[in-house]
Amino acid sequence: MAEGAVAGAAHDPAAAAIGSGLKKRTKEALANDFLRKAVAFTTDKLRSGKLNATDEFGDWEAWRERGRAIRQHTVSHLDYYLGQFADNVAANGGSVYFCEGADDAVRVFMEIARRKQAKLVAKGKSMVSEEIHLNHHLEEDGIEAIETDLGEYILQLAKETPSHLIIPAIHKNKRQIADLFEEDAGRPFEPDTKTLAAYAKQKLRNYFLEADIGLTGCNFGVAESGSITLVSNEGNGRMVSTLPKTHVVVMGMERLVPTFEDLEVVLNLLARSATGQKLTTYTSIVTGPRREGDLDGPEELHVIILDNGRSAQLGDPIFQDVLNCIRCAACLNVCPVYRQVGGHTYGSVYSGPIGAVLTPLLQQDMKEAGTLAYASSLCGACYEACPVKIPLHDMLVQLRHRKVKMKLTALPERVAFKMYQTMFGNVTLYKLATKSAYYLQKPLVRNGFIKAGPPPLSGWTQSRFMPMLPKQSFRDKWAKLQAELAAKKPAASGGADEAKGGGAK
Amino acid sequence: MKVSLFITCLADQLYPEVGESVVRLLHDYGCEVDFPELQTCCGQPAFNSGYQDEAREVARNLIRAFEHSDYVVSPSGSCTGMVHHYYPYLFENEPEWKSKAEALIDKMYEFSQFIVRVLGVTDVGAAFPHKVTYHPSCHASRLLGVTEEPAELLGAVKGMEFVELPRKQDCCGFGGTFAVKMADMSEAMVCEKAACVCETGAEVLVGTDMGCLMNIGGRLNKEGRPVKVMHLAQLLEEGRRA
Repeated sequence: MAEGAVAGAAHDPAAAAIGSGLKKRTKEALANDFLRKAVAFTTDKLRSGKLNATDEFGDWEAWRERGRAIRQHTVSHLDYYLGQFADNVAANGGSVYFCEGADDAVRVFMEIARRKQAKLVAKGKSMVSEEIHLNHHLEEDGIEAIETDLGEYILQLAKETPSHLIIPAIHKNKRQIADLFEEDAGRPFEPDTKTLAAYAKQKLRNYFLEADIGLTGCNFGVAESGSITLVSNEGNGRMVSTLPKTHVVVMGMERLVPTFEDLEVVLNLLARSATGQKLTTYTSIVTGPRREGDLDGPEELHVIILDNGRSAQLGDPIFQDVLNCIRCAACLNVCPVYRQVGGHTYGSVYSGPIGAVLTPLLQQDMKEAGTLAYASSLCGACYEACPVKIPLHDMLVQLRHRKVKMKLTALPERVAFKMYQTMFGNVTLYKLATKSAYYLQKPLVRNGFIKAGPPPLSGWTQSRFMPMLPKQSFRDKWAKLQAELAAKKPAASGGADEAKGGGAK
Repeated sequence: MKVSLFITCLADQLYPEVGESVVRLLHDYGCEVDFPELQTCCGQPAFNSGYQDEAREVARNLIRAFEHSDYVVSPSGSCTGMVHHYYPYLFENEPEWKSKAEALIDKMYEFSQFIVRVLGVTDVGAAFPHKVTYHPSCHASRLLGVTEEPAELLGAVKGMEFVELPRKQDCCGFGGTFAVKMADMSEAMVCEKAACVCETGAEVLVGTDMGCLMNIGGRLNKEGRPVKVMHLAQLLEEGRRA
């Protein structure tokens, strides 16, 4: 690899310890200037694109509310819509498989692949197939799987996993991509978008024609017709779903909308939130395999519907709404933590704020994956950006609470918050504690600041000075302040007596 | 008009001068100001760390402290946001406490919100001949919806040169215990924020939350930058005396 290329960013999410590795991965990401520049540059572009697109759209908040209502209705009646969707897929001539876990989904896919004697699988972008680590299983069985989304293709060459929901290779710059293509082609490349895209296009074209199976995800299934909706900007989605003789769809069980009318709303929200586009360049709606007289399309259509921890959220008063997610990545693009550390730091398939909530829930693992809930300053930018109004900031706090309830937090922390409750729950103890703190801080103070402190204060002082506690708190000064005010008449014009709208909110 | 101060634990202990500015300003507008001694903290440090039972007990203390107040004003959007946004949830299984919490919410305002929305004042007659930039705190703007009020108050200050803070909507990386627990992430965020502040060339960074200002100011101090950090109440009160 040439200078500037990132090595060692690849990781296997299945093997990585999500929680205990979080700090190590954070340090690595923060030391990687190329990654940080690339992520900041692209998320800035996506963020401003989104703002322009939503401004132009008009009443964005009303659309957001409509989107939320559609998703909430669908997820609340998921059993009904899944049944309707499956019946309609079957009526159209497709096959449906409900899979409880990742293993089941992999097994179903491998059975189809063996029956078709598949040697080559052309993949459209699918986060769910990442979630079940399908590529790994295909490789073990000697089946070649080619990623046809440009970003995914780049990552396949780099032997890495996606670091963003919709821009999988967001952490790579053009030079790094050119290096990967040089290695693949055995000839030099200019780091120029057109040249690079042309190379990938030429390479991928044959795979579409030669593949035995086309594998895609599903942005939305439409229950009333049993249709699969795929959105892309590269057109690979429709190549993969029409050229190979067999089309296999792997989708999360919650990715449904009831009707085409609803689809219109969520597609508008998705494209605008994701990339600031009105609609993506290609929107393919696949309703069943090829029928007699059709000019193209696969002979067989198989739809694998994956649960993998999703149904455990149904009926949960706090977390069910996480299933409303339409995977637009708007929350990643505004998240100040994601901006600094990129997607791989989260150590899981789904990154950013949605990943920090979704991963522990899907994996039903609060101990390791639950640690992701702390990878947020709770600033609420994710909620503000979410086109279907998922309260991710509240969910992050609730995940932390779940961790506390399960006694998965460190003992010193539990003791500290018990002490906090005692001292801050009673003003006498509070005054005593804060007075002691004034004297205890003294050995640490230099020129009015604490510049280096023992843990956990060192976490603060590594990057910031801490102001010292002054001798007198506000409450110490209150009596004197009262005397000062008593001697002084109110000076301002206007004033409380003429206050407008007193108490009105 | 009787106004009770909720000074917040951070301002009480570390920034008493912020509380003093709030008091002087409210007094100037004819408010009869009191400081209920019973108050300590809103419970947010525990709540945000997942310790809801511990937060609930501290919240009860705060509710008791202001039970007899007409209005409650606090120089923190974050602590006011905690009460407004999370108290009803904290007491959802205790109807009596829930209604007490709701009564507190009805009378509780963040400082700039109170000045603009209740007192109906946007021009406090301050002059502040300095170059100033403003960091909108996440909780003030996103939890509490306080966005216009600080801008209106700052807009009326005479002689002040106001510079927009680049990337102002990004969190400064404080996040309470986040700053300590995820120190590296927090550091990256505060470094970018401090760089944005310096980019403006402002002499003063103003805000409505001492948590954020302690964080950004602490970074600016460590870097040896000559930027002064002030709460909005301090700027307005100092500007009135000028």
